[in-house]
Amino acid sequence: MSQIITLTRPDKQTTKGSQSVPVTLRINQQPVTVTILPWVSLLDLLRETLQLTGTKKGCDHGQCGACTVLCDGKRILSCLTLAVMKEGADITTIEGIADGEALHPLQQAFIDHDAFQCGYCTPGQICSALGMIAEGKAKTRAEVKELMSGNLCRCGANTNIINAIMQTMEEGNHE
Amino acid sequence: MNNFTYTRAHSITEALQHSGSTGTRFIAGGTNLLDLMKYDLTHPTGLVDINPVTSCHNIEATPQGGLYLGALATNAATAYHPLVEAHYPLLSKAILAGASAQIRNMATNGGNLLQRTRCYYFYDAAAPCNKREPGTGCAAIPGYNRIMAILGTSEHCIAVFPSDMCVALAALEATVLINGQHGERQIPFAEFHRLPGDHPEKDNVLADDEMITGIVLPAEGFKDHYSYLKLRDRNSYAFALVAVATGLALEDGLIRTARIALGGVAHKPWRIPEAENFLQGKIPDRKNFAAAADLLLKGARGYGHNDFKIELAKRAIIRNCMMALDPATQLPGAQPSL
Repeated sequence: MSQIITLTRPDKQTTKGSQSVPVTLRINQQPVTVTILPWVSLLDLLRETLQLTGTKKGCDHGQCGACTVLCDGKRILSCLTLAVMKEGADITTIEGIADGEALHPLQQAFIDHDAFQCGYCTPGQICSALGMIAEGKAKTRAEVKELMSGNLCRCGANTNIINAIMQTMEEGNHE
Repeated sequence: MNNFTYTRAHSITEALQHSGSTGTRFIAGGTNLLDLMKYDLTHPTGLVDINPVTSCHNIEATPQGGLYLGALATNAATAYHPLVEAHYPLLSKAILAGASAQIRNMATNGGNLLQRTRCYYFYDAAAPCNKREPGTGCAAIPGYNRIMAILGTSEHCIAVFPSDMCVALAALEATVLINGQHGERQIPFAEFHRLPGDHPEKDNVLADDEMITGIVLPAEGFKDHYSYLKLRDRNSYAFALVAVATGLALEDGLIRTARIALGGVAHKPWRIPEAENFLQGKIPDRKNFAAAADLLLKGARGYGHNDFKIELAKRAIIRNCMMALDPATQLPGAQPSL
């Protein structure tokens, strides 16, 4: 996993114009160097340039949480983040959660609890829940619901999503 | 979003060298600025990334017994900081009542003070708005004004300032530290944000060539008797219709000091010293808090759809002051109890 991806091909996000800025960051433990235009969001870098389409674009305005990724272990919204501002950062997306073919316990819990229907919010829900568990502030169901309120599910799977998260927290196998 | 140039500043001096030039803006958390740029409401020609300014990330005790909050410390780092949780739980509760966990991980303390209103008409580029484009008029006054202000309005603007954190900072009487090309200055929190008056385009007194470097809290944190109550259309991740921050210091069963600040009702966090002075030396009961609420809401006026906010604010003040007597009654996210 130590291969360095260097993207300099001139597509609409990485044009080698005078305004482009070189950025080096780690994505799912892999060093990535890109020369990128300053107005490209981290979300668009992931999806459009790096083809990591697990992270979803919902509202693109910070209201839905579908684009949630972990940045240096903390959950953030990749749609409201400029990629150029993440020089040196360590990004984890949904593609970096499983251990090879073995699902992360939280991913398995989402399946066990029927915690998604269309699945569009799921990558953001899982990254957000992993960030929340790492924060260690939510103990009760009420606190989990409150601290997961930045991730919307419009299918109505919220109850099962909270169930999946509660089970993972209770089993303590989320490392 | 329009195209712009991108520069990183590594020190306050370096940041200030870029400030004041037309079209250049600082970016820190970016959660509000990038949203405004995506809606094509603001069009900076250059962004100066101030996140590398390491001197503004700290949270540390001051020699005077207060607490310094770096402008670039995140809202989450502030709310969960052991010194904030221990000595300023009102601030912690207020921050955690705002936005979402993701946004609090990104948004900075300085940026929280500088966020723009979420008035629907300000956010609608097709609508007239004196705050967005001075002189075009206010669409909110004759429009659907349910979320708008009831206090301190002008004929030009009835927008509200949306921060929760700042409601607590107002109640705590924080000081804003500012650095500019012409030197440093400190502004009492009550004087930082403005009422709309004839210039609703100006949210605060920060000059174009200045930046916020930090916030200082005084020693008194009201850690024993405090409460933050936020009333909104859904119980989490929504802006306040009415919010109340209360800090009480009691002595021999009487109120020694009272602080009450309101959010969601005006162009700035709303405080009325007469209401707080009235409570001094009084018994902390419902009757006295109701009288204080009347003083806080003196002169309040509705614009039709938001008339309900006047009575809602009065009841929220009384309820929150009663909750401050027993802070354990508070729910996560400053939600109202059943």
